[in-house]
Amino acid sequence: MFSKLPIQAVRGAASAIRTHQIPGHRLPLAKYGGRHTVCALPGDGIGPEMIAHIRNIFSFCHAPVNFEEVQVSSSLLDGDMDAAMLAIERNGVAIKGNIETKHDDPQFNSRNVELRTKLDLYANILHCVTIPTVPTRHSGIDIVLIRENTEGEYSGLEHEAVPGIVESIKIVTREKIERISRMAFEYAKANGRKKVTAVHKANIQKLGDGLFLKVVRDMSEDYKDIKFEAMIVDNASMQLVSKPQQFDVMVMPNLYGNIISNIACGLVGGPGLVSGMNLGDKYAVFETGTRNTGTSLAGKDIANPTAFIRASVDMLRYLGCHYHANIISDALWKALVEQRIHTADIGGNNSASDVINATLQNIKVLMDENPKH
Amino acid sequence: MLSRTVSSLSRVAPQTLGAVNAASSRQYSITAPRPPTELNQKLKVTIIPGDGVGPELIYTVQDIVKQTGIPIEFEEIFLSEVHYTRSSSIENAVESIGRNNNVALKGAIEESAVLHTEGELQGLNMRLRRSLDLFANVVHIKTLDGIKTRHGKQLDFVIVREQTEGEYSSLEHELVPGVIECLKISTRTKAERIAKFAFDYATKTGRKKVTAVHKANIMKLGDGLFLRTCEGVAKQYPKIQFESMIIDNTCMQLVSKPEQFDVMVMPNLYGNIIDNLAAGLVGGAGVVPGQSVGRDFVIFEPGSRHSFQEAMGRSIANPTAMILCAANMLNHLHLDAWGNSLRQAVADVVKEGKVRTRDLGGYATTVDFADAVIDKFRI
Amino acid sequence: MLGKCIKKASSTVGQSIRYSSGDVRRVTLIPGDGIGPEISASVQKIFEAADAPIAWDPVDVTPVKGRDGVFRIPSRCIELMHANKVGLKGPLETPIGKGHRSLNLAVRKEFSLYANVRPCRSLEGHKTLYDNVDVVTIRENTEGEYSGIEHEIVPGVVQSIKLITETASRNVASFAFEYARQNGRKVVTAVHKANIMRQSDGLFLSICREQAALYPDIKFKEAYLDTVCLNMVQDPSQYDVLVMPNLYGDILSDLCAGLVGGLGVTPSGNIGKGAAVFESVHGTAPDIAGQDKANPTALLLSAVMMLRYMNLPQHAARIEKAVFDAIADGRAKTGDLGGTGTCSSFTADVCARVKDLE
Repeated sequence: MFSKLPIQAVRGAASAIRTHQIPGHRLPLAKYGGRHTVCALPGDGIGPEMIAHIRNIFSFCHAPVNFEEVQVSSSLLDGDMDAAMLAIERNGVAIKGNIETKHDDPQFNSRNVELRTKLDLYANILHCVTIPTVPTRHSGIDIVLIRENTEGEYSGLEHEAVPGIVESIKIVTREKIERISRMAFEYAKANGRKKVTAVHKANIQKLGDGLFLKVVRDMSEDYKDIKFEAMIVDNASMQLVSKPQQFDVMVMPNLYGNIISNIACGLVGGPGLVSGMNLGDKYAVFETGTRNTGTSLAGKDIANPTAFIRASVDMLRYLGCHYHANIISDALWKALVEQRIHTADIGGNNSASDVINATLQNIKVLMDENPKH
Repeated sequence: MLSRTVSSLSRVAPQTLGAVNAASSRQYSITAPRPPTELNQKLKVTIIPGDGVGPELIYTVQDIVKQTGIPIEFEEIFLSEVHYTRSSSIENAVESIGRNNNVALKGAIEESAVLHTEGELQGLNMRLRRSLDLFANVVHIKTLDGIKTRHGKQLDFVIVREQTEGEYSSLEHELVPGVIECLKISTRTKAERIAKFAFDYATKTGRKKVTAVHKANIMKLGDGLFLRTCEGVAKQYPKIQFESMIIDNTCMQLVSKPEQFDVMVMPNLYGNIIDNLAAGLVGGAGVVPGQSVGRDFVIFEPGSRHSFQEAMGRSIANPTAMILCAANMLNHLHLDAWGNSLRQAVADVVKEGKVRTRDLGGYATTVDFADAVIDKFRI
Repeated sequence: MLGKCIKKASSTVGQSIRYSSGDVRRVTLIPGDGIGPEISASVQKIFEAADAPIAWDPVDVTPVKGRDGVFRIPSRCIELMHANKVGLKGPLETPIGKGHRSLNLAVRKEFSLYANVRPCRSLEGHKTLYDNVDVVTIRENTEGEYSGIEHEIVPGVVQSIKLITETASRNVASFAFEYARQNGRKVVTAVHKANIMRQSDGLFLSICREQAALYPDIKFKEAYLDTVCLNMVQDPSQYDVLVMPNLYGDILSDLCAGLVGGLGVTPSGNIGKGAAVFESVHGTAPDIAGQDKANPTALLLSAVMMLRYMNLPQHAARIEKAVFDAIADGRAKTGDLGGTGTCSSFTADVCARVKDLE
């Protein structure tokens, strides 16, 4: 049944966590004999165990993916980061745990930011959707958050002009806004979404955010079928916690995106449930939505693997392996919703392995019911 | 039952686990679910028996699969240039492979040096490769314990060959009577993807060095482009050593110091030469597995693509290469346990040396060898 | 072995020059670079010991700058070649990336040296993995893949042209059969890839067949290049004379040299219409130059080929036997063959043996 409609997302129905269609066409860089090679960067905290779960699931359902594992963590030297970067450039695709950022050392650039800017992964996309059995205050949330990922406040240009005065520079360029808004509208179009909301602060930052707003608004002219609206970031935050159902696709600059996406993730049940895609024109990196390392949970088999599994499904969708993407996300959905296999963060008492094993069992059933050919 | 190990479960798993699935799903929230070990589904692959001894070898593999319970199924497509009236079309073959996990196991198709149809310069093998865009040919040269070689050294290297352009472009014409031009086409795009493939392969299989084989001292533009492209790609792989070697010197080195090689990458024609030369070093065409890889498809076939027409139907051909191809195919399909067991079984039979086909100085038939492999197979 | 050599005496390898024995013939000698002068001197000494009726015209071929600023082979060399028709050449430093034509190319063009002959034979006393090699590779030398016609059509797309002509194919094919007949060889195998390059290699193959019909006493076989490679490293004894287009010959001749111990012991001859150049094809070995360590065998055996070409079979046979015996005996063989001898002690040993054979 679903193999007939491989990418259609049925809103509110059983497969609400299926990854959407990803706009744009990219040539796979390391696909041989129908198998993709992807780079796995386990990172710190729960990353390594999560990557192991993913590999387990992929090999069980014969997903045509091979992994090239590259170790990166905040404690490693610059050379290792270069190795990871090269590995992603070679394979084009990576799945990654988070790398801890040292806050105390101003010399130390965030590895995560570095990765995104160097590979020009300009779009960060999160799909926040409520899962019926997961206890949340709101129900019926289904928001796609699309965040500019390479400039704005995250340009890393800060200096202390005179002692006690720090200048932090926010950079906004037309070209970069154009491509992120193009991505937002194309995404909405490809997935039959109805509305795009631009989040800004143009009433205060009249030039910077003003440019952002103008470019997105102009672009909305090209997409007559999609409703466009703009909302100031503080209001957007308030609306999100009071009436989140009103949002469909949201597009925003870097810092607001960071805030809004964390709010949205919180609304649907926490950091363990949402995955995030980082897309560029050539490369893509898949990770969890809120980018936490979960160091305190590491090694205890209690961290919720949902976000990571969804990240792997995002990746399969990106690679065009729709059959496996759908099977895995439906199997996971079944485990979470029908079988109520919940880890502690969403009020259950199951271990991460329980979730994985239930998912594997469901995959087996689903694959038997829906053979590939 | 829970105490059983995973490996002992694998053969009985489908039935028992099916029963568990039928039970109420609510049971999961009460007791921790046990991980399932294997799918019920058998993976399907296409087989193309080819000419000469190809069919015998392919059927040998089918027999082994049947007797050992390896979870794959076959769909047969007959392609032949010799019996071209019975041959299926390239389109059918492509469709079948696409249907069957993008994987095929293939015997050699005899290339006839005589033209059947006016103007058809491409052979069937080449047309199949073109249609599937199988740009890389990989041949794994590895000495097997039990096969005597002249050099007596342990060899383990991989030959990666570009196989869609170069001299094999089938662009030939007669300028004036008695003068024929054959075009060799070299493009950066194809050089880049074969070089990248070689380095990716080296990375994946944990190898240390890639050697580019060329004749850039003479063909300064064509092979020069290939060499420069390889050098460029090498920069993306700082952990893998890169070197280059001229084709004639490479041949000489192969017969004197073959152990110096790890992964070799080269244009089409040189690959054809090196493949065969290297196969000769480890026991001949019968023992060297290979594969043709494209972006979307892969065909597993013996490394030296000789149809061995004269041995047809006599059950004397050595099936080692074909069985190893099947083992590699199982690994490609991520049926690693099955693939490794099959490879081990072959290695055991060869090492023991009791069952040897004629090319290795024995009197055993193809079938005897297969039976010995089945006998040794343990999972 | 001597018997076989004497049988060869019936005629020479070339087709157009006929000498009568007895006269002194002049040969252009290009000593070359690196170890070249030492091994050339060794050859001269041994020829003297054997009383070979050869007079040498040594010539320096270091390129000179012409009036137009282009470096060229000195014209004296070309003049001498025209006069003598026969040359013996040591190793030359290959000038990579320097703007002048290499000597080989210049001489090859000038005299249309269409065939390259390399007899590869296992040497008793130099143990390799293969001890039963006796193969002659004959390579077309003027066209094919090395025609030098290449161009970049659009950036990133290069077209190289492999040219096969009836005339050149016939020249080399007919030479191969002629060589086989004159040297008492039994089988000529044409090596090709006509299954892939159906027209070009197809033409070469059909010309070989045409020539084979003219030599009913020589057995003719055809083989795919890849099959030959495979069989060659497994059992080289199944091949005798191999004839093939340029690139295949380049590869196979080095492969065969590898089977018998490398380029240091393999002679080579370039035969054309009315002229021939014999040479050693190994490198100049600048690291051991002037240290009396060089092995003159390749140049010596090339000179022996030259003697046969010049219809001096008795001298050829004597020198050849002396060289083979000296290596088999091993007391004076050089370091590269695992011996302790020097270039001069080896030369002295060969000289003594040549005299004994008289």
